[in-house]
Amino acid sequence: MKELQHIERFEIRLSGTGGQGLITLGRVLGHSLALGHGYNVTQTQSYGPEARGGSSRADVVISSSAISFPKTENLDLLIALSQPACNAYYRFLKRGGVLLVDSELVQHAPTNQFIGLPFTKLAKDKIGNELTLNTIVLGAVTHLLSFAEPRIMRKSLEEILPPKIQALNIKAFNLGLREAKRHLGDAPMIWQTAAENGVEEEMEGFED
Amino acid sequence: MAHRRRRKRKEIFAQGNEAVAQGALLAGCTFYAGYPITPSTEIMEIMAQRLPRTEDGVFLQMEDEIASMGAAIGASLTGRKAMTATSGPGFSLKQELIGYACMVEAPMVIVNVMRGGPSTGLPTSPAQGDVQMARWGTHGDHPIIVLSASTVPECLEMTVVAFNMAEKYRTPVILLIDEVTAHTREKISIPFEDELEVLSRMQPAVPPEWFKPYAEAARGVPAMAAIGQGYRCHVTGLTHDQMGYPTSRPDEVNEFMTRLFRKIDNYYHDVLIVDEYQLEDAEYAVVAYGCVARSAHHAVDQARARGHKVGLLTLKTLFPFARPAVEKLCMQCEHILVPEMNMGQISREVKRVNNGRTRIRTLNRVDGQIITPSEILKAIL
Amino acid sequence: MSDVTKLIHEYLRHNKKFPHVFCAGCGHGIVLGSLVRSVHALQLQKDNVVIVAGIGCSGRMAAYVDFNTVHTAHGRALTFATGIKMANPELNVICVMGDGDALSIGGNHLIHAARRNIGVTALVLNNQIYGMTGGQCSPATPQGDMSMTSPFGSLEQPFDTVELAKAAGANFVARSTSFHANQLDKLMQQAIVHPGFSVLEALSPCPTQYGRKNKFRNVVDMYNWLKKNTVKVEKQKEGDTRIPTGVFQNLDRPGLEERYVELRQSLQAEE
Ligand SMILES: Cc1ncc(C[n+]2csc(CCOP(=O)(O)OP(=O)(O)O)c2C)c(N)n1
Ligand code: SF4
Repeated sequence: MKELQHIERFEIRLSGTGGQGLITLGRVLGHSLALGHGYNVTQTQSYGPEARGGSSRADVVISSSAISFPKTENLDLLIALSQPACNAYYRFLKRGGVLLVDSELVQHAPTNQFIGLPFTKLAKDKIGNELTLNTIVLGAVTHLLSFAEPRIMRKSLEEILPPKIQALNIKAFNLGLREAKRHLGDAPMIWQTAAENGVEEEMEGFED
Repeated sequence: MAHRRRRKRKEIFAQGNEAVAQGALLAGCTFYAGYPITPSTEIMEIMAQRLPRTEDGVFLQMEDEIASMGAAIGASLTGRKAMTATSGPGFSLKQELIGYACMVEAPMVIVNVMRGGPSTGLPTSPAQGDVQMARWGTHGDHPIIVLSASTVPECLEMTVVAFNMAEKYRTPVILLIDEVTAHTREKISIPFEDELEVLSRMQPAVPPEWFKPYAEAARGVPAMAAIGQGYRCHVTGLTHDQMGYPTSRPDEVNEFMTRLFRKIDNYYHDVLIVDEYQLEDAEYAVVAYGCVARSAHHAVDQARARGHKVGLLTLKTLFPFARPAVEKLCMQCEHILVPEMNMGQISREVKRVNNGRTRIRTLNRVDGQIITPSEILKAIL
Repeated sequence: MSDVTKLIHEYLRHNKKFPHVFCAGCGHGIVLGSLVRSVHALQLQKDNVVIVAGIGCSGRMAAYVDFNTVHTAHGRALTFATGIKMANPELNVICVMGDGDALSIGGNHLIHAARRNIGVTALVLNNQIYGMTGGQCSPATPQGDMSMTSPFGSLEQPFDTVELAKAAGANFVARSTSFHANQLDKLMQQAIVHPGFSVLEALSPCPTQYGRKNKFRNVVDMYNWLKKNTVKVEKQKEGDTRIPTGVFQNLDRPGLEERYVELRQSLQAEE
């Protein structure tokens, strides 16, 4: 096992519409990073009318030290699987943060600094089951996070999911990981580009 | 000892509500009665799953929150450790029988996961508006213990504390948490049974003919015989004498009422639980509880990083109010900030204790949103 | 020593401060006597008998008897009883409630106890009035009758305890009166031993609050009224408008506590 990478405070928001399995995705991600990897993690999610009105959101905060504030304030990574979610939450992304979208469902990203994969299409075409969308996203997110170990993520999937759907989801996870590697490029590069853009924005006097 | 250290605790990634249920089971809770209400429902659902799988566990969904209280008190009288959980509107309904539990000194735990009010309010949003109701909600002058928790591991820990205090002091104990704490997922490690101190009510030490059910046995607390144990006691919500029979004789009433208060007042050192963070050299203190304490913790770290001498007092016992800890801060600090998700229910307690000594500032939010670290930081700087 | 004296010594609390609170001629004392005789006849262990009472004159009887007694809050007796029975199914749990207790403030608890079929015996002492608080209208006050809060006669239709309990699904439903002491004893014993939820309504005169306001000249008149205006249900013919007494429902569905223990055992066998 690799030594745990030190993380100051890393905030992720998974957003989209109800039925995309985002809450489960948040739970699996949180479970794996907390129990499998050994980080401090808090996971929160939208409830009630907010959750019913069609939009859905799960937040994950990761840190090597104890987490005081459990919610997100400045997102390092925003995943938007719908146009409204992208519009609503983009402003919470911090400078140097990364925006990952479903490239089919989010046609008008509010910035040109973003990365995307056609998650829903991949689920339909490559796995043949739209419900595996969230696990494909998990694969891609694992690629993006240098501190996340694919092996441990797979193990957590097996811990949480019912046996019947495990094989399918492992397949979906691997697909997400592979597609991300192939189309999004090396993770450190992605973060470096984002950081540089962030610095530029700051120099331009960008205020939110 | 050596082998104990090698044992690995079971770890789960769970919500505050799940932690409450886990804590209750570890504390020996074998009876749950409740009525569904957001955002506390998960507690009830877990108890519905778990209790019927235990040797003598009983789970009941009652027709309303009043009935849930009644059933839980009834179970407590048979010797069970009983719990009920609810939110806002249900907590209002429970008030009638919370008073009954105080009066007959029935140990039990009432969990209230606070949501926005009044009335149906904001069913899925956090708030801290039930703090003074927890203290004074039932009619008549009475002492009560009100606890709170701000993290998921604390939910487990404070539920065990709640049961222990209920049993030790023969009193209902209210655990107040909020929607944020109840629904946040975090890692908790489940302690082994032998790692926990679990207390149970004092049993009669004499045969039934000699037993006085409401005579002080120790620390102002009477021993408690269970229904069916052969003691055949009378239990009543009327003010009663040492035998448990109704009385209105002023001397007997006074003796009873003063004992009711004394059994808790005299043990403040045991009942008052606070967390002190960065307070030794603090010139500025934040007093907070529940999820807001987490925001405050974050803000204190940020302020310290900028060189400000700020500290945090987290109240885990809300009532009786932690006068000694707050008084110390009133002497030590130039400012005290009390951020809370109501219009000032704990700040009024802080002001009362302060009695004009130092400057008390409030930061209130009642829009169903948690107070953020940045808001607290802004108020401090 | 007479049998009555023996019963008094055996079942009344000698350390309790007597005299009791009941007015002269109150029907509640007769129901209490029937309860004591029934427990005796059934040879129930005193340690296993729990009297759970509501608030009202009727509720006060709990304090006098040497059982486990719980004097609860107005209307809530059945909720406590449900908790007690579920926590310890070995106990014989008997609830004592007034008509205000059982049908008004506790009406919801009554129908749900019946629906759940919890193994508790519910005695409803119906004096058609709020006795303890000084004679106000109750949900059992007949339409047109006088009370402190219906000074011009009640406009509302009363509940029929028996019909209500039957419809809500109680296992055993019966009615008797304080006048018919023998029948009351018999039905009381049946109600106590019957598994599941049993309701026994006892029509029980309140001379002080109901009688005076409704033109009963004395206590005897009230008992005579019971005699004249009730009829055994078996003997009731069509068109007879007298109040029927006897057994009205006799089902044998298992009580909730029995079903619960079964569930627990089956879950444990699974593991
Ligand atoms: C919550 C509440 N509301 C009102 C009362 C006042 N109260 C006491 S007894 C009673 C009614 C008693 O009538 P009933 O139940 O018919 O019993 P009875 O006295 O006639 O036997 C009322 C309204 C109370 N104790 N608690
Ligand atoms: S007021 Fe009525 S019910 Fe109460 S004790 Fe007197 S006669 Fe009985």
